[in-house]
Amino acid sequence: MRYSALSIVKNALSGNRHWKPVWREREPKKAYDIVIIGGGGHGLATAYYLARNFNLTNVAVVEKGYLGSGNVGRNTTIIRANYLLHGNNPFYAHSLKLWEGLERDFNFNAMVSQRGVLNLVHSDAQYDAAARRGNSMRLLGVDAELLDRRGVQKYAPYLNFDQERFPIQGGLLHRRGGNVRHDAVAWGYARGADARGVDLLQNTEVTGFKISRGRVTGVETSRGLIRAKKVGMAVAGSTSRVAAMAGMRLPIESHVLQAFVSEGLKPIVPGVVTFGAGHFYLSQSDKGGLVFGGDLDMYNSYAQRGNLPTVEHVIEAGMTLMPSIGRARLLRSWGGVMDMSMDGSPIIDLTPVKGLYLNAGWCYGGFKATPASGWCFAHLLATDEPHQLTRAMGLDRFERGHLLDETGRGAQPNLH
Amino acid sequence: MRIPCPLCGERDSKEFSILGDATVKRPDPDGPDAAGEFFDYVYLRDNPAGTHCELWFHEAGCRQWLVVTRNTLTHEVAGAELSAGRKAKKR
Repeated sequence: MRYSALSIVKNALSGNRHWKPVWREREPKKAYDIVIIGGGGHGLATAYYLARNFNLTNVAVVEKGYLGSGNVGRNTTIIRANYLLHGNNPFYAHSLKLWEGLERDFNFNAMVSQRGVLNLVHSDAQYDAAARRGNSMRLLGVDAELLDRRGVQKYAPYLNFDQERFPIQGGLLHRRGGNVRHDAVAWGYARGADARGVDLLQNTEVTGFKISRGRVTGVETSRGLIRAKKVGMAVAGSTSRVAAMAGMRLPIESHVLQAFVSEGLKPIVPGVVTFGAGHFYLSQSDKGGLVFGGDLDMYNSYAQRGNLPTVEHVIEAGMTLMPSIGRARLLRSWGGVMDMSMDGSPIIDLTPVKGLYLNAGWCYGGFKATPASGWCFAHLLATDEPHQLTRAMGLDRFERGHLLDETGRGAQPNLH
Repeated sequence: MRIPCPLCGERDSKEFSILGDATVKRPDPDGPDAAGEFFDYVYLRDNPAGTHCELWFHEAGCRQWLVVTRNTLTHEVAGAELSAGRKAKKR
């Protein structure tokens, strides 16, 4: 059923008793053309674009928990395309374009809201770096505005302009960035894929690969063997564990990143503000909660929860930037497991095992990439050729020395 | 998370900073496959879900490097020893 204003009225008149489930519960078939491991944002988007762009529908998405139970529902919902490197940003620019048309495309309300992303700078050097980044973005057709101190004061008067440790000198404003209702992204892609014939298999954990003569022939799961000609991995924080079952070691470490939300408040923060120097960023949800986060806890973790020193650090940075949040009560904090790559950029590529494809290394930037990741991974799975936008995101780039290191921090994954 | 420093006793993890996996070994730069081994050493990690040996620096304490054994699924710390002492024992 297509959602529309008319469908809402009709269903309201019949007491909302006739809404259909958004997707079907299926029994796994014995074999598929393509199996995607991971029913999160990227896996579901991949299934959707395989069906939509390539008409490939003999596809299953296998998920060990429930759909959208990982990072797609744990992030702070920000979308943006403000990367510096030309190997990266055209991909994110494409993602932003897909976000802009996503709701019409998959007929689901994801509440895409382009309310702007402001990166603050605190020194002459940072101001120059922001100018350079802005120019790089504009060369690639993405909007960027350099604000001086007065510009930031006008745009975000609620920040503390008197602090002396990190005086606000300006910022780079990316107006097309913003926020999206993240759960709806998983549900919208799931519904769109299901409607086109993809099987979504929840509570189906992959326990091993069937590999014969260097080629994958299927996956062992908690619901039995599922044969497949091609298998795509989109499992974020679990990437190393799943890849190890196929005998691969990857340039990835898993780390926990925490996020926070306050009680609902009246509107105060219209867009996203990032305070990189202090490890803090925030926005305000449509329900009014201040949604914020900081840096990783720094140690390897699969626990999906963090520790208190990081909570304290994030709150301190928040108080430095915006003392008024001290009056708000914190409702919740939670953690997600990030697949931190060795250069801070993602990997979408073939693997040494034939028929096995990798989508990983999203660090803490996976959510904004969801549409383009699905788009390009579907292209790779369908054609065996990396999409033009992900040519710099190959798995062999580490060995070749062609890193995509946005921050220039080297092979220390927790610093990216 | 608290780390039992062999010199300072059990201390809050806030006093320490982590470097990462303690099991990787710097290869011989003059070895026959030095390039391949360095790629492995610099970039590839086991990244286990479970017991992990890792290097921590007791920055706000004795300023010694420790090898800490910790569970990445539960954050339980099983033990910590001086990195320097460990190397000496192996020789």
